Amino acid sequence: MRQAGWFIALTLLQCGHAAVPAESEWRGEIALEFRAFTESALDPAQNDSNLSLSGEVEYYTSWDDGRQSFTIKPFGRLDQRDYKRTHGDLREAVWLFSDDGLEVRAGVDKVFWGVTEVYHLVDIINQTDAVENRDGEQKLGQPMFKLSLERDWGVLDLFYMPMFRERTFPSAEGRPRSQPRVAYEMTEFQNHQEKYHQDLALRWSQNLGDWDLGLAHFYGTGREPSYSLGHDNDGLPVLIPRYEIIHQSSIDLQGVVGDWLWKFEGIHREGQGPSFSAATGGFEYTFYGIAESSSDLGVLTEVMWDERGDSATTPFNRDVFLGLRWVANDVDGTEVLSGVVNDWDNSTRFFNLEASRRLGNDWKLGLQARFWSNVDEGDALFGLRRDDYIEFKLSRFF
Amino acid sequence: MLPRLLLIITSLAVCNAVAWADVDEMKGLEIAMEADRRDTGYHDFSAQLTMLLRNKHGKESLRDMRTRSLEVDGDGDKTMIIFDQPRDVKGTALLTFSHKIEPDDQWLYLPALKRVKRISSRNKSGPFMGSEFAYEDLASQEVEKYSYRYLKDETLNGQAMFLIERDPVDENSGYRRQLVWIDQAEYRPQKIEFYDRKDSLLKTLEFRGYVQYLDRYWRAREMYMENHQTGKSTLLTWENYEFRVGLQDSDFTTNSLKRAK
Repeated sequence: MRQAGWFIALTLLQCGHAAVPAESEWRGEIALEFRAFTESALDPAQNDSNLSLSGEVEYYTSWDDGRQSFTIKPFGRLDQRDYKRTHGDLREAVWLFSDDGLEVRAGVDKVFWGVTEVYHLVDIINQTDAVENRDGEQKLGQPMFKLSLERDWGVLDLFYMPMFRERTFPSAEGRPRSQPRVAYEMTEFQNHQEKYHQDLALRWSQNLGDWDLGLAHFYGTGREPSYSLGHDNDGLPVLIPRYEIIHQSSIDLQGVVGDWLWKFEGIHREGQGPSFSAATGGFEYTFYGIAESSSDLGVLTEVMWDERGDSATTPFNRDVFLGLRWVANDVDGTEVLSGVVNDWDNSTRFFNLEASRRLGNDWKLGLQARFWSNVDEGDALFGLRRDDYIEFKLSRFF
Repeated sequence: MLPRLLLIITSLAVCNAVAWADVDEMKGLEIAMEADRRDTGYHDFSAQLTMLLRNKHGKESLRDMRTRSLEVDGDGDKTMIIFDQPRDVKGTALLTFSHKIEPDDQWLYLPALKRVKRISSRNKSGPFMGSEFAYEDLASQEVEKYSYRYLKDETLNGQAMFLIERDPVDENSGYRRQLVWIDQAEYRPQKIEFYDRKDSLLKTLEFRGYVQYLDRYWRAREMYMENHQTGKSTLLTWENYEFRVGLQDSDFTTNSLKRAK
């Protein structure tokens, strides 16, 4: 009798599981990219064109009534010229538990902080996959344990990161790249634990009516290296990256006031040279349904400021961005974002154009153009002065 | 004497006209409130949507998405829409806190960047996903968003209808007015004509295949929107409606957007 009872209980348990089948799905993207450089390269090792193929697959499965899930997302690229850009990375491999205002994530994940368009100042959890794109939006998967509490007083995120990822840099054949190249093989760490310094971060965020506010603090290996001049084994000049242990506090704020979107990001960093502050912010104003069409035109302005000036580890130190975003609102999802970043100290200008549209349901065509002009010798972009390029990208989604 | 009499007659006529207008407006509002009352109390629902977009040359494209909605006492609904097709936007999710009079709060989640962007909800008249539905056509239909006027009774597809005119209160609406046919039996919208800012007929929306859920709430299986000015159309099909699935406030936060799959 007792055994029968157990048997029924077990059967019921299994029924319970069977009643909520695991949801799982695959998705992916394969992209062919072609870059044409419009000026001759500074380094004879570099070439005027490049072909590249990349692929990304995502598998997602959930169970426990959707409370638990697992996502894995490997990425890989084959590059014609740059053997360092031929690389793979586990973008995500994360277990997630969420229930009633509590969220736990463990594994390799990606987290974005920030609100501005051009320069992602406060975004610090993931390392930049800089061989992918210089815009700082492609990131390497970060091993982490994350705990989030969602309450009336806001969302509190706690991060524990047991391992550091080094930034990726192009090889001598890579383009665009700094001059001289960054000697990734000579990387230095301030801390003896090197990649295994245990990093911590905390973030509080809250929706305050028309405004979203985030406050954060990060302690650990800075994702942005500082550079010193040196020589590699062949005696050629190189930039040697060095990662310091930093404390960084940040604020990000975005708000909507009618047709205006306001954005602000600010940081204070200690541990990388003298302590300093930096900020970026601006607005986006949108004209809806321009010229009796259904398309929208947004006007964007963002200012970038870094207390360190010319000694900053970023080119966005005393710059102002002016841009336009045109969204057709058509079936093909046609969009164009273009603009210019102007350094008001040394007049260096950086032009950027990004456009995309769908071709049918599963294909997408992208265009990107980047030009650097009037580049000042003291600007961090000086090495890129001959790396103007146009990129075509054809993606197939499945 | 004569001018004075004229004045009295004129003012009487005006008073009468005003009174009649009041009666029609009152009746229009009462119909809208009754329709709203009958559709209140479902608490939450989830459903799948398919949009078939067709241009005037007959070229078609498809949109697939899922939606979750939560009723909020004394305010507009909270809604999350997660996109499945076209594939390049798969995983993109839109969170809306709609309000009765204030502009809605909206956030868009971009899965490739893992980024939540605040967006301006003033763009009510813009096309939703390139379809013939504007954001405001799909937004939570609060009574306070329009002023009403009952026009007449009419028969449509053999059913007795109230024909009412409703004018958007929000000056950012793309419409000057809408004509709404509401059936007298169940107070369900059956047809809407949308007139643009210049008062020309822009679109017609037809509701087809009403199904009743929880013995009370009627939902159309199909919504067919035809644009008379461009010749384009969108057929919106609703599937897998589930009511009272246990959704709560914590399923409609910017953090839950990041979990949406």
